[in-house]
Amino acid sequence: MRVEGPLGGLRETARFDTMLDGMNKLLSVLAWASVSLLAATALAVVAIHRGEPINALWLVAGATCCYAIGYRFYSKFIAAKVLALDALRATPAERLENGRDFLVTNKWIVFGHHFAAIAGPGPLVGPVLAAQFGYLPGVLWVLAGAVFAGCVQDFVILLFSVRRDGKSLTEMAKEETGVIGGFVAYAAVIAILIILLAVIALVVVNALKDSPWGTFTIGMTIPIALLMGLYLRRIRPGKVLEVSGLGFVLVLLAIWGGQWVSQNPNLAPVFTLRAQTLAVLIILYAFAASALPVWLLLAPRDYLSTFVKLGTVGILAVGIVVMHPTLHMPALTRFIDGTGPVFAGKVFPFAFITIACGAISGFHSLISSGTTPKLIARETETRIVGYGAMMCESAVAVMAIIAACVLQPGVYFAINSPAGIVGATPAAATATISNWGFAVTAPEMQSLATAVGEQTLFNRTGGAPAFAVGMAHIFSHSLGGGTVMALWYHFAVMFEALFILTILDAGTRVARFMIQDALGHVYQPLGRTSWYPSILATSALIVAAWGFFLWQGVKDPLGGINSLWPLFGIANQLLATVALSVATTIIIKMHRAKYAAITLAPLVWLVAVTFTASWHKILDPNPKIGFLAQANALAAAPATSATTRLIFNNRLDAAVTAMLVVMVALVLFESVRQWIGILSGGKEAQVKESPFVMTRLSEERA
Amino acid sequence: MKRMIRAARILLATLREIFDEAAYERFLSRSELPTSPDAYAAFWRERQSGPVRPTKCC
Repeated sequence: MRVEGPLGGLRETARFDTMLDGMNKLLSVLAWASVSLLAATALAVVAIHRGEPINALWLVAGATCCYAIGYRFYSKFIAAKVLALDALRATPAERLENGRDFLVTNKWIVFGHHFAAIAGPGPLVGPVLAAQFGYLPGVLWVLAGAVFAGCVQDFVILLFSVRRDGKSLTEMAKEETGVIGGFVAYAAVIAILIILLAVIALVVVNALKDSPWGTFTIGMTIPIALLMGLYLRRIRPGKVLEVSGLGFVLVLLAIWGGQWVSQNPNLAPVFTLRAQTLAVLIILYAFAASALPVWLLLAPRDYLSTFVKLGTVGILAVGIVVMHPTLHMPALTRFIDGTGPVFAGKVFPFAFITIACGAISGFHSLISSGTTPKLIARETETRIVGYGAMMCESAVAVMAIIAACVLQPGVYFAINSPAGIVGATPAAATATISNWGFAVTAPEMQSLATAVGEQTLFNRTGGAPAFAVGMAHIFSHSLGGGTVMALWYHFAVMFEALFILTILDAGTRVARFMIQDALGHVYQPLGRTSWYPSILATSALIVAAWGFFLWQGVKDPLGGINSLWPLFGIANQLLATVALSVATTIIIKMHRAKYAAITLAPLVWLVAVTFTASWHKILDPNPKIGFLAQANALAAAPATSATTRLIFNNRLDAAVTAMLVVMVALVLFESVRQWIGILSGGKEAQVKESPFVMTRLSEERA
Repeated sequence: MKRMIRAARILLATLREIFDEAAYERFLSRSELPTSPDAYAAFWRERQSGPVRPTKCC
């Protein structure tokens, strides 16, 4: 007979615990193996399938599994091995809490706040444009780019800013890589803002030209925003959610009213505007929004836009999963060879600069080192906020790819191709596109235009109209059927235009503040953000700068997007290059050089992409790609009244691209010099972190 | 059920943070002011003059 003593009981319990642990581990391994298998299967279907349309759910499944694996394993590895996140280290939100900028905040609230700040129109427009190569390059870049580059950039920059009292990227660049780094980061931000504002304004112009319905709806958002501003200021101060709901109802009424306006013989011509007229109106509007008190127009419009944005992105995600539409665009099109009509250039490098925000966006590093690090309660939360929010942004880009690719390819190219390439008449355009192998007819396009309440859908470059038609197509198969397709289309156009105009307001104001900060060093009153002469002068300066590029795009015979979107993509990715250089320098200074590849690998890739793209945009002998070749071709052709201006514009674009590349090359040079110095022992590795302070936050509060 | 209520609370708190309602409430409690048109104007003046200005991405 065997008698168990107290020690024997403990041993049994320990054995049981070990067995339970083992089973949990086994279950976890099996679960993650299943996720990996599903990811591999879905991506294999997406990549290998040829000839027949595939279902969008393959994309959704592949993307979801990739994000899950990336978050569970890669971000955890970075958090534990590279960054060594420390939950006991007090963050600036705790140490410097002032109830204003620095504030300990729940991680999910910071996550929502951060996502609302990083999610703009970029992940919707870029993937739609890049769909000219087929869905495959865009999907692969969005997934791999986000998991290995974009999410990593946002995560590490957020953590490094948290460890430096919430310092901005430009301040960190100055401290860690030298004065040149700080200056280049500042100049790159200004340049990006100017090009960005011009290109997104062009997207709105192209979406609204000759569209009385769209123009009326978007026009009405201005008085609606003013009304909301006055309501918030005079009637119910601070009740933003309430007034945003009210504003949303008014916007829906404006969409409905737009249909009536477009059918009214007296009102329709008033709101049927040419591209040039719309460009002038948008320039005037942005100047007013930048100079007017922020509570009156800018803030309420921002609230309204965010309200619509969060709702629409959610609805679109549900719509795609429930409707699981079929993708008609092939995996790869013939245009990977660089002859595409939407924008010229081969799949490498142009797919990778066209899709920025959904894969990696330098602009995010400004948000990750702006308001977000001042709200983080614990270092460990930077993982879900930095890495996690970027994954959601990337998922929005996947939705945009799906929305573009549910269209028949012929329809997609008819909407997105400029008249200068496919021909100015419907017959010429459909013949050209059909000759490429993408069948489309003029009556088919006319019937689609009528269904969405437009006079025509030809030459609607810029991505927004194609996205809107795709979104309307997805929804019209479930909610309301074909009869409400026009309402869905104009809802989608309104959603994007509202989004973009908000960025125009806010971007112009941010650029104005940056210029004022700099000018304040020259003449102090110019730096005062409440001094009206300075407000008017700097607002005019910024609006004139991006207005110039907008005008250039509007007058461009190739549609403007061909030259401006790549310029924006290059500028944005060059800022990411600066951010990754700073991050790599800090990782090496932290004596984690053996893990530097986590930022160095995406940095090398981005340098290859941006420098190759810049070389092509400046020096490529094909006039459709190279700015200088186009200027030379124009100079050699018979002169018209616009020739001199077009030649100047192309040379200016080439000079701007070259200037950006040279500046970033300087930062890279400075960074590499530092790395070599530190790794060879010639230079002391000195990180500029705030000293360690033990957190006093209880688990509950954090 | 408890989890759902907690999730709904966090969602509402997130929306209030995104839409600046929470920031306005903190301003009121910090300045010991009741809500009013003047207090709302002061809130916006403070936000505009601060070193940290919220940025929106593209």
